[in-house]
Amino acid sequence: MRITVTVNGDETTHEVEDRTLLVHYLRDVLGLTGTNVGCDTTSCGACTVLLDGESIKSCTVLAAQADGRSVTTIEGLGSAEEMHPMQKAFQQHHGLQCGFCTPGMVMASVSLLRENPKPSEEDVRAGLEGNICRCTGYHNIVKAVLAAAEDGGAK
Amino acid sequence: MSILGTRVVRSEDPKLLTAGGTYADDLREPALNGALYATYVRSPMAHARITGIDVSAALESPGVVAVYTGADCDLDPAPPAPEGALGGKPHPSMARPFLAKDVVRFVGEPVALVLTEKRAQGEDAIELVAVDYDPLPAVIDLDDALSGTNLVFPEAGSNVVGVGGADAADAQFADCEAVVTATLENQRVAAAPLEVRSAAAAWGDDGRVTVWLSTQNAQGARDALQGALGLDEGKVRIITPDVGGGFGAKIGIDPEGTALAWASKRVGRPLRWTESRTENMLAMTHGRAQRHKITIGGDRDGRVKAYRIEVVQDLGAYPGVASFLPALTMLMASGVYDIASVTSQATIVVTNKMVVAAYRGAGRPEATAAIERAMDLFAAEVGMDPADVRRKNFIKPDAFPYTTPGGAMYDTGEYEKALDAVLESAGYAQLREEQARRRAAGETLQLGLGLSTYVEITAPDFSVGEDAKVEVHDDGTATIYTGSSPHGQGHLTAFGMLVQDKLGIPLEKIKLVHGDTDQVPKGGGTMGSRSLQLGGSAVYRAAEDVLEKGRKLAAELIEIDEGDLVLDKEAGRFHVAGQTGTGVSWGELAAAAREQGGLAADCHFAEDLPTFPFGTHLAVAEVDVETGQSRLLRHITVDDAGTILNPVLTEGQRHGGIAQGAAQALFEVMYYDPDGNPQTANFADYAIPAASELPSFELLSQETPTTLNPLGAKGIGEAGTIGSTPAVQNAVVDAVAHLGVRHIDMPTTPQRVWQAINEG
Ligand code: FES
Ligand code: FES
Repeated sequence: MRITVTVNGDETTHEVEDRTLLVHYLRDVLGLTGTNVGCDTTSCGACTVLLDGESIKSCTVLAAQADGRSVTTIEGLGSAEEMHPMQKAFQQHHGLQCGFCTPGMVMASVSLLRENPKPSEEDVRAGLEGNICRCTGYHNIVKAVLAAAEDGGAK
Repeated sequence: MSILGTRVVRSEDPKLLTAGGTYADDLREPALNGALYATYVRSPMAHARITGIDVSAALESPGVVAVYTGADCDLDPAPPAPEGALGGKPHPSMARPFLAKDVVRFVGEPVALVLTEKRAQGEDAIELVAVDYDPLPAVIDLDDALSGTNLVFPEAGSNVVGVGGADAADAQFADCEAVVTATLENQRVAAAPLEVRSAAAAWGDDGRVTVWLSTQNAQGARDALQGALGLDEGKVRIITPDVGGGFGAKIGIDPEGTALAWASKRVGRPLRWTESRTENMLAMTHGRAQRHKITIGGDRDGRVKAYRIEVVQDLGAYPGVASFLPALTMLMASGVYDIASVTSQATIVVTNKMVVAAYRGAGRPEATAAIERAMDLFAAEVGMDPADVRRKNFIKPDAFPYTTPGGAMYDTGEYEKALDAVLESAGYAQLREEQARRRAAGETLQLGLGLSTYVEITAPDFSVGEDAKVEVHDDGTATIYTGSSPHGQGHLTAFGMLVQDKLGIPLEKIKLVHGDTDQVPKGGGTMGSRSLQLGGSAVYRAAEDVLEKGRKLAAELIEIDEGDLVLDKEAGRFHVAGQTGTGVSWGELAAAAREQGGLAADCHFAEDLPTFPFGTHLAVAEVDVETGQSRLLRHITVDDAGTILNPVLTEGQRHGGIAQGAAQALFEVMYYDPDGNPQTANFADYAIPAASELPSFELLSQETPTTLNPLGAKGIGEAGTIGSTPAVQNAVVDAVAHLGVRHIDMPTTPQRVWQAINEG
């Protein structure tokens, strides 16, 4: 089938198999490899992107379901020269090590602050429950998200 | 002011945060154009004879180019690992084939390899490979393995691959007033890096193969692959892309990677392979998997006089790296304590489960878990506070260097200082009061305090050392080449700081090259908490040599005595003392040195001995005595790893380590049912903790430098795990100790805690 998805502000149109998952559309068709796959049970959140502004696990959504809608991936959030406040906070507070969970974690955090601009530590921990990080022990991720909230990172 | 010791955020991060890393599955190299996808057919049986494989239906499936089985694969099986410090030799029949030949020995063992044009076609086609299995009795339980009723390798005649150490002698505990024995399970866990195993292979017309591999040590992988494929030196290039975590399980190259390179040659096309998470849980090496029988004895005043540990190491289906782990467990058996008599013994056995290898700490966390549980059991027996018993038995600061009965030579240590700092910061006395209050009130949520005072060995391969090269370019930038292999640790930042400190070339102008065996032919990789002390020291020394070369050249160019030159580290420029106008920059020096082969220096750095970081962890846990649910409330630590280069990085290592240790104590187990079917083979069933299940950690700092390297640094990568695992377990047991509970095995799941309370 033919789908049209706005990805990071650009309109993309491609022919895809019905069973194509959104994450594979992003990675294999569009070459946006920032979004990762970490599991096969919708457990890890490495594949988290924003669909019409809300965080979803792109391994569990068909590309077809994104037809006519808009997707933001880590590549669309900010650039190395001009990082999004959440990206800056992750660097500042060492919220990443190997970086594999990071794109999903950052997107989930952005979405979290949009829903709750002034979260408590507990809110952040609960809000990121669907995102696994094996490296950081979450300590610095939580710190980064709280710092981003302080700096008005909910945009 | 020197940049060393300051908080520097990572240079690695902007790319990782805005574009994501380039992991093996992200590679879009031209050499991989037209690559086929490899998908493994894996055994659903723990132990079975393969009586037939029919690939015809799979070959008809859309997109299938080839299907290979063990019968096609002409590579010699990988010989079993020698069993380290233990006696005996593993039987030759224990060699591991790259694709199973006649018998499968664990669920997940690769049986066939399907090559398809598209990735999804492989998933469909493997369903069509018809394998006939004749089931054999599976050896799962350690006691069954030891009894030898059923054998993993009948030709070997026994499941026991080796026994080492000393036999028990009753006399060891003869003069002890109190003796406690216990059997402790250090359960099998999965490393579960967030990036699964992934590789790509492409052969050149020159008969040379390039393998892109998610690995912790490219050079080791190169040597292993060269050997397995029977290739001459120089015919294998390994390139390490970004690696999404390893934790010991990505050391070297796994059979699937080797078979990939072999199949790529056979089919004549480049190949890519990225496993699923389920495959990763089944067939990436597991960790720990030891059972301990401990005996501890001493006097009623808390003085420990004798300790014995008997280790049974589950190797899994083929003897690999786990054969070496018990040697480290025995070496570190007595921990931070001055115990007159310490004996140990280890038995290594094969079972029909996944192969066991290194996992964050690799043999040392097991030693710490055993002795720290033993200290608590002894404290309970003599009716003393666990902190007091520990204090009474510490090796004193003036005893260093200290050689343990097990033969380890500890370099430096300040054990009591670490304990005091933690107890004070935590408010230990108040916590005990609160615990007493809750106990007296019979509250549902009981409080537990768990201590672990640990010492560990880092850079156990100290004598192998590490290689580095530092090169300055004519644009004023520098490149560091290292045999160390980052996968999240932040080497670019750490090593870059060392070069900036020496040469005055700023971090943002420094590049790091690692993991490409053509560019860095020699290297030991990243494991065993070796990177900074070995790799960093090599970089530091190489930078020193570049500094001397630069100074000499600058003196020649300016025509002045070297002694009259000053390096302005702010400007990255040598100038005449007192005369900033006359000088030469690093870029100009590199340009001038071009004729003589550039401005660079190599260094190989090895330590004379390994280093022994130490610390104290205190876990505060809450246990619901009605449901058995435990929760880690606070975790306070000192992890003294010598001089700190960058607190940002060491704190990150500690956080991650603490979480992984707490995860083993509370949640994680790679569980096999009695028939050898893994029950926790995906992220829905295997309980990796989420942010909501852990607290923030309270880190205290303490630095007792080592003299064994120029940086004063010891390793920090594994300390968090080593310290936290028994602390958290001890806290859970302590929370319900007043209900008659003496011990609860890890993971301390609600069911186990509830059961312990009800049996208590
Ligand atoms: S890949 Fe794990 S949740 Fe999507
Ligand atoms: S940084 Fe490695 S998994 Fe999160």
